[in-house]
Formats: sequence, structure tokens, C-alpha cells
Amino acid sequence: MSLLQASNLKKYFATQRAVDDISFTVERGSIFGLLGPNGAGKTTLLRMITGIFYPDEGEILFNGKPFDPLRDVEAIGYMPEERGLYKKMKIGEQALYLAQLKGLGKKEAMQLIQEWFRRLEMESWWNKKVEDLSKGMSQKLQFVTTVLHRPGLIILDEPFSGLDPVNSNIIKDEIFRLAHEGATVIFSTHRMEQVEEICDHIILVDKGKKILDGSVKQIKQQFKEHLFQVGFEKAPGTLAHPAFEVVRRQSDHSAVVKIHDGFSPNDVLRFYLDQDAAIVSFHEILPSLNEIFISLVEGTPAARQFQTITD
Amino acid sequence: MATNKTWLIIQREYISRVRKKTFILSTILTPLLFAGVIAAVVFITVRNVRNEKVAVVDPRGVFKSSLESGEMVTYEFRDDIDTSNFSARGYSALLFPPQVGTNRSEGYQVITEKSLSRFANERIRKDISRALENNMISQQLKVDPKKIDSIRRSAEQTRIEPVKKADLGKGISNNFDLASGVGYVTAFLIYITLFIYGVMVMRGVMEEKTNRIAEVMVSSVKPFQLMLGKILGIGAVGLTQFLMWIILMAIFTGIVSAFIPADVLSQVSSARDQIPGSTGETSEALQNLAQARANLSTVNWPLVIGCFLFYFLGGYLFYASLFAAVGSAVNEDAQDAQSMTFPITIPIILAIIIMVNSINDPGSSLATWSSIIPFFSPIVMMSRIPFGVPDTVPYWQLGTSMLLLVAGFLFTTWLSAKIYRTGILLYGKKPSWKQMLRWIRQ
Repeated sequence: MSLLQASNLKKYFATQRAVDDISFTVERGSIFGLLGPNGAGKTTLLRMITGIFYPDEGEILFNGKPFDPLRDVEAIGYMPEERGLYKKMKIGEQALYLAQLKGLGKKEAMQLIQEWFRRLEMESWWNKKVEDLSKGMSQKLQFVTTVLHRPGLIILDEPFSGLDPVNSNIIKDEIFRLAHEGATVIFSTHRMEQVEEICDHIILVDKGKKILDGSVKQIKQQFKEHLFQVGFEKAPGTLAHPAFEVVRRQSDHSAVVKIHDGFSPNDVLRFYLDQDAAIVSFHEILPSLNEIFISLVEGTPAARQFQTITD
Repeated sequence: MATNKTWLIIQREYISRVRKKTFILSTILTPLLFAGVIAAVVFITVRNVRNEKVAVVDPRGVFKSSLESGEMVTYEFRDDIDTSNFSARGYSALLFPPQVGTNRSEGYQVITEKSLSRFANERIRKDISRALENNMISQQLKVDPKKIDSIRRSAEQTRIEPVKKADLGKGISNNFDLASGVGYVTAFLIYITLFIYGVMVMRGVMEEKTNRIAEVMVSSVKPFQLMLGKILGIGAVGLTQFLMWIILMAIFTGIVSAFIPADVLSQVSSARDQIPGSTGETSEALQNLAQARANLSTVNWPLVIGCFLFYFLGGYLFYASLFAAVGSAVNEDAQDAQSMTFPITIPIILAIIIMVNSINDPGSSLATWSSIIPFFSPIVMMSRIPFGVPDTVPYWQLGTSMLLLVAGFLFTTWLSAKIYRTGILLYGKKPSWKQMLRWIRQ
């Protein structure tokens, strides 16, 4: 049984079809990426999963049962894109307060906070106020308060924005660790290199609609253009063959070839072997998620336009 | 579980405010400041009463025997003084009675270098009028004006003793001035606190919104719990402050009365009845104090304080949720907040205007009706209660007013929760009233 199953979610605002009929499934223990350009409806989608918004239409199943914000919020940790903490509150007290609001007892919460603070080297922060922290530091604190109550589902909206590479890596490692311990993670981002590295499964939304759904591997396969890079010790004389065409030749004697339909990589290799060309490498070029992303949302205006909703 | 979370929010809102230095300072300093301001006002007014020396040029001797100098104005009869030299001789004014006729009521010239105070002018007018009166009494009635004076003085001692039917035989007299004083102070206190704590709620909500903590919070608790927790937490801060003020006030009055020996007080209060219109400032002050102490016991304090707490809380809850709704609808722009609080502040200000009217006539229909309508009742009803329950304010009025106030704050809380729920997560342009209506209907 999947942890979360959303079907036909719709949320319309006065000037936007923010989420327009999106369905997806999040498997237990997976890291799920929610991608899309700015204003695609990611945050609205996440707010529905966290119980902040009710969907206009559609259904969310959490643990196989209809999602009940009152009961289920304690099993969810949500870090919104716009970070927010009480500026004047002491950091230790703030972490304790937010943990207690998630249903933890005081003693248990204290213990967990100390554990996390020790691991992320935040122990000296306890009596500082949030306003004394740098942006990166408060991000770290925000992350800790999000996952402190050991939620089964962790939802992170742009978790790495504003973080330097060192802190980015710390948070990334923590996400892996939490997923390894059995938590399910949903995160939204528009930074593709992280997605390729972290996510098991992604969906891509644009203008409120889902335009892509699958594992990273599947999607790359789906969008591959049958390109292969062949490396030679010395550039061979003839390259032309009905099985493929050379897309470009590179200065290190390698060539990128595109295999035509009905032929396989073996046909390419066989051709070169027959020519006695000295092959040093041969590998497939898969499109990066970034390229797929750009090609799919190309033509979308950089800023989403306002629509008039008539219904 | 849900109430548990509201309780956590109440605690945070309460503790974070009570721990602030500004709260501790204002709690301790406000009563001191209040007493200080009153003392300063009294002191300045007393000190400011100058004695004006007026030269009277009275060649015909009309005023010679009848114009008497008083505390504020001293008259000296001089023939060697005129408009050219009066100020050089240390006179602040020069008085010329009319040149012809006797006992005329007009034609008195008061020449000054710079204008006299309003009180001095009034004093001079009264002194002249009195001098004329004495002249006429002695000339036309052939009676010694001193006799008339003593008759008048004893007649002026007349007092009425308003006793309400219900209090007959209990020796309680009805003190209108005291009741209106208590009504005025309590109603005004509610007015001020409605503003202070209402705005505190609004700022708290705005802070949560601009700090973007709101979204984190509503992923743990319902927006309604967040709003309610804030309102109740700040309300508790207000109650704490009142409690501290009452305790501090009790301590202050205790200290003050400790400085006045009890036998002096009893002496003075018994002396008051025996020697009417006694002289001497010190004894007068003591007399007033004794009088005040006697009067204070005629007010039904448990009722007044009980009702005060009820109307403070009721009024606060009624308006605080509206302030919370405004706070959730605006962003950090202080001007937006101001323009949106305007509709809320109008009824509060209106209530204060009605209150002034109600103090003078607590039984009027304006006072009665507006003390029942929840928009005004916290302030207006509070101004009527010291006049007596159930005579001036019948039980049915008090009961209806209280019930309607409870219903009223339940309604405003419900209404505000709907605006709050949407507003708290919405950034950007300030919503229009039409949009907010749509949020309510959602």
C-alpha cells in the first residue's frame, strides 16, 4: 500500500487554476521529487497534502485512509518555502514549542532536540534568539524543527534554497538518513542536479497540470534520443552508415552518433570493428533531467499569466 | 489533543509577553505615573493661581466699603495711579467704575497691560457684582449686608439626600458624583484597554504573517486554534496587568492612609458636621479625604469589579477577534493596517461619546439601548452600573446585555476565523472588502 495517494486534485483561485486535475502516488520510504517552474502550482499542491488547503475537488488517501488533517498532521513534517520562525524567541524554546505542537511530550521533545542539536553542532545556539542567526543557520534550525517529531512523511519545499554547498550537503545527508530509517520524503525543487542525485521518483508539473511522472531512470529512458558517444584512439576514415548518423565529432577523436530506428548499438560497434578502428570507449548519452525539464516547459512564459476562471 | 495545542499557544503568547521588560515596567510604572500626573496637575493648578493686584480709581467712593479683596485678586484704592503708570507700580490692572450714576451694571473698565487669566477676569466681575449687591442692600433695603451674608451662608449649606426606594432605612444615600466618577473611570479603562490589547493582537498576527511562521504553524494546528490561542493568551496578559494594578493600588492607598493618623481622620469627619464651611486648607483636604472614604463604601464594589472584569473580557473578545482578522488580512504595511482598523475603531469611539452622555443621564433611552448592543455595551454599561443594580440598571437589561455580548463575541470570532484562515497565508496586495466577504462565504 502506498503512503500517499492523490487523485484528481483541483484547487482554483480567483485568477488561477493553481492545481488542475493532478494525480500521483508516493511509495512508502521513497524520496519523491515534485518539480516544476516557478508558479506551476507546487506549493499549492503541497499545501493540500499538508492539510493547509482543502482541495476543491479530488481525494487524498494517507495510509490508505482519507486524509484527515486533524489526525494526520502529526505524522507529517512540513517545511514551507517561505521559512518562518518567531524572531524574538529563544532557539531551544522555539524548537520545543514547535515539537510540542506536533504532539510530542515535553521530556521526549527535549531529548530529541538535544540529540539533533548535538548531531548538527547547534548546541551552543540554545539560548540565542532566531534574529541572531544567519540565514543558513536558521534554515538548519527550520529543518530540525520540521523533522524532529519523527514524521512518517516529510515534505520539504525547496529545502536547499539559500544554503551554501557545505550546509546543503549536511541537509542532503540528513534527508538520506531519514529516508533510510523509513521516512518518506517529498520535496519540491527546480534544481535538477539535486533531483537526479536524490530522488527515486519524480513528477513534473507545469501550469497546474502534471506533465511527467516516473522514476528518474524511466524518464531518462523515455526521453532518450539514442545518442551514443564512441571514443577512438585515432579518428577512423569513413563514418557513414545506414544504421546511424554522426551528430558531431569532437577534438579528442570521439564522435557522437545517433542510431536510427530498427538498429542497435551493436550495429554501430560492428561497423567500426569491421573498419579496424581502435575503440577506447562506448557509452550511451542520456538526456539530463535539466534538458528534459527545459524541453518540456519550453514555450511556457517565464512568469505565469493570470487567467480568468469562469465556472 | 486539540485543546491541548490551543493551551500550548496560549502559554507561549502569555509567557513571551509577560516576560518582556516593557510589560513589567508598564505594570509597575503605570499606577505610579497615574498618581504622578494627578499630583502634578493639582500642583501646577494650585501654583498657577497668581494674586493679581488691581488698582481701583474710585474718586466717588462707590466701592470704598463694599469691594473686598480675595485670595485671587487684591484691590487697592489709589488716586495717584492712572493708565500711564499702573504697571510700573506693580499693578496688573486698573479698574475704573463708571463716572456717573449709581449702581450701574455696566461701564466698568478694566485696563491691563497683558490680558488677565480667565479666572481673574471672572473673579473681578463677581467681586464687582457682589459689591454692587452689598451697596444696594445697604442703600435700598437699609440692612447690614453682613446679616444677609450669614443668612445666605447658612442657606447654602442645604443638602439633599437622594435615597433610592430600595435603600430606604439602610442609611445608604445615593451619591451621584461618586457613581459617575466610578462609571467614568471604569468605562474609560475599558476603552483604553480595548485599544491596547486589540492592537496587540493585531500586531501579533501581523508578526506571524510577515515572519512567515504562520504556514509552519497551520501545518501543526488549525488556524482557528492559532487565532484563539493568541487572543486568549493576550487577554490573560491584560487580566494579569489589571490584577497587578489593583494590588499595587491597594498597597499605595495603604501606604498613603498610614501617613494620616486615624484619630485625625475621625476628628475631621466629626468636625465637618459641626462647623459648616470651616476654614483652613489643611483641614479641608482632610475633610475631603474623610468624605471620600465614607462615600467609597457606598459603592457596591464586588458588583462593579465583577462587572468590570466581565465587560473587559467580553469587550476584548468581541473586538480582539476583529483586530486579528484585520491583522491577518494586511501585510507589514502599517498604513494598510490603519485604514482597515478604522471601521473597528469607529464603534469604540462612538461608545465613548455615548458614555459621556450616559454618565449624565444613566436612565436615558440612548444609554439603555446602547448598553445592550454589544458594539457599545462594554463601555456604556460599565458607566451605568455604578449608579446601581437593579434600580438604575434592571436585571433584565444587565442580563440581556451580557448574553448579547457573549453571543456577539462568538459571532465576531466565527466571522474573523473565516477571514483569518485565508488571510494568514495570503501575501501581496491588501484584499478588498469584497474579497474578504467572499472568504467569509467560503
